[in-house]
Amino acid sequence: MTAQQSRTADADSETDAILSVQDLRKSFGGITAVDGVSFEIEPGSITGLIGPNGAGKSTTFNLISGAYTPDSGTIVFDGTDITGYRPDRVATRGLVRSFQIARELPEMSVLENVMLAPQHQLGETLYRSVLPGFRSGVETQERELRERAWETLEFFEIDHLATENAGNLSGGQRKLLEMARVLMTDPEMILLDEPLAGVNPTLEQKLIERLHELKADGYTFLFVEHDMDIVMNNCDPIIVMHQGQKLAEGAPETIKEDDRVLEAYLGGEVEQ
Amino acid sequence: MSEPTETPATRLLAWLTDGDLRLLSVLTVSLFVLVWVLSFFSGIREPGRILSQIQGVAFIAVLYVMLALSLNLQWGYTGLLNLGVAGFMAIGVYTMALLSMPTSAAVPGLGLPLWIGIPGGVLVASLFGALVALPAIRLQADYLAIVTLAFSEIVRLVIRSQEAASFTIAGTRLGTGGTDSLALPTSPVKVLLYEDPSQPAAIAAASPTPLGDILFTAGEQIGASPAVMESLVYTVFLLVIAVAFFWLVSRIANSPFGRVLKAIREDELVASSLGKDTRLFKIKVFALGSGMMGLVSILWFLERGSVTPATFVPDLTFFVFVALILGGSGSNMGGVIGSLVFVVLLLESPRFIRRIIRESFDPPAPPETIFDALSGVDPLLGYFTSQESISALRFILLGIILVYLMQQRPDGLLGHRTEVASNVDLADRQQTEEES
Ligand SMILES: Nc1ncnc2c1ncn2[C@@H]1O[C@H](COP(=O)(O)OP(=O)(O)O)[C@@H](O)[C@H]1O
Ligand SMILES: [Mg+2]
Repeated sequence: MTAQQSRTADADSETDAILSVQDLRKSFGGITAVDGVSFEIEPGSITGLIGPNGAGKSTTFNLISGAYTPDSGTIVFDGTDITGYRPDRVATRGLVRSFQIARELPEMSVLENVMLAPQHQLGETLYRSVLPGFRSGVETQERELRERAWETLEFFEIDHLATENAGNLSGGQRKLLEMARVLMTDPEMILLDEPLAGVNPTLEQKLIERLHELKADGYTFLFVEHDMDIVMNNCDPIIVMHQGQKLAEGAPETIKEDDRVLEAYLGGEVEQ
Repeated sequence: MSEPTETPATRLLAWLTDGDLRLLSVLTVSLFVLVWVLSFFSGIREPGRILSQIQGVAFIAVLYVMLALSLNLQWGYTGLLNLGVAGFMAIGVYTMALLSMPTSAAVPGLGLPLWIGIPGGVLVASLFGALVALPAIRLQADYLAIVTLAFSEIVRLVIRSQEAASFTIAGTRLGTGGTDSLALPTSPVKVLLYEDPSQPAAIAAASPTPLGDILFTAGEQIGASPAVMESLVYTVFLLVIAVAFFWLVSRIANSPFGRVLKAIREDELVASSLGKDTRLFKIKVFALGSGMMGLVSILWFLERGSVTPATFVPDLTFFVFVALILGGSGSNMGGVIGSLVFVVLLLESPRFIRRIIRESFDPPAPPETIFDALSGVDPLLGYFTSQESISALRFILLGIILVYLMQQRPDGLLGHRTEVASNVDLADRQQTEEES
């Protein structure tokens, strides 16, 4: 039955999905965290991924981004099968994720955190960062990156913390730092795991606006968020997960009406 | 009550830590004045002999500075716990010996010149660094620690084994000399100072080179023998290499490469989720640091003229860690200062203090048991100043200091320091703003 469904999904997917996940599975000991999930993400969309706590959303992110290896299933990004790729290879392909619990680099300054992110930095080669002749090129690039880093920090309104150690930031500021870092990698597609948790409402609105701007620029988002209003107003389509499986998928209007979704939320919701 | 006494002290500390170079110079001078005083009170009064003492302490101090800088690269910046420092050092110096000992020596080598032997030793040490890191690097940090410690002991045991003591490859006889001390090639400094450097120092000194002649005559003025002058030149030569080490490690730290190293230390998954191939960075830095450790030991034992495997016990690794932790790992200046303090106060001063006690109190021979030692002041002094208890006391002292540091100053003597991981000043936007 499920195999049948996934095959039909396959047939539909002759379209140009940027990310295509097929029958993904992952269990930890006795718990099956992700239990045969399949979906496709259209380029230039903001797709919402919702579901009660423990539904398997973060685990799905970890599988896609290479932090965990799936027990079975395939992940295709931009025409390449990236199943089982190491996190750095996934990221260099342009698929970058944020963490639900912000993982700042505590003993590094906010600026250093952000300047770590850009890809293919000249100075990341050992000899270039040491030998006198090569180092001037590295310095030029560093100045450019520094400017971009400052601009990004200004946008996220954490520029006054630039030289502060990231470990001294508040929870909300850390989430912003995560977002800033992800954007600095200049990715094609971004996986955001509850990026708005702990962010003040004014900035929240600004971030959502930015999300739409970036979408207009051609970026693709897969977006996990708890606030139903935000999801319903900003995401299309929406994927609903429940107990490791995909429960429903579709436009906000259909999801809102879906009985199974309402049931899952009323029956299983444990608000944090 | 305590406030007026505290203010000048804190002001002095603030003045001292204001500039790194100032702190370093003041500390170095104070430590070596202390060595002077200690030598004086232990009955070493002639300028030539005092110079010899200071030179001896400085030699070890500079070596530890270099070792701490190498370890800082691996552990301080990248968080790679290398418990095999002694092993990589052993590989460096023994490879150099195998390559460069004359074919005619009692334990012969390949007879290649030192300019092949030294880089060869460094290269092999860093190759082993990469090799050991390779399987462990995919695992958790603790595994790397266990693997490197075991590796270091295996290296030592192989070197001292019967099989390695003397062996033949493709008709060429080579060897490590086993448990015995292995004679090493003539040091390059000897070549600089003596016309006939392969002779024992006493004979060689009779025919110095012009440069040697100038130095030996100068030494004679203060009663320093040619041997002391030779060691002094060697220490200065080491100092130059230590400055190069500092330059190299600082340059790596203040660069995008160093930024990735720091990120690996802080949270490896974040670094790799941002597209950094962390394994490659770890292998590179492990190989580089291990090669540097190999070089330090080559330079160390070339001066000594011989080497034994017993030197490369894990204690040596432990000492380097203490030196780095003392100053504050993750900071190069911390590593330098920690090494100086460690060598002068912990490694060398017990020797002087023992002499001073022996000179001034003339304690009896060490008693048979600890119970006899506790029977009075004299036997107790005798007990504490025996050769064996000095090294035991050193360990006890180290333990106490480490426990104290962990509790009071977990970031090392210098406290928390940040060295910005970029080769431009991140806080300074002026330049770019003017351009745009
Ligand atoms: N590393 C792990 N080890 C064991 N169990 C895990 C691990 N990660 C997630 N889980 C379990 O998998 C299930 C799904 O978790 P998660 O993906 O975090 O859900 P969500 O993000 O939707 O709230 C939960 O039951 C959780 O306890
Ligand atoms: Mg989650």
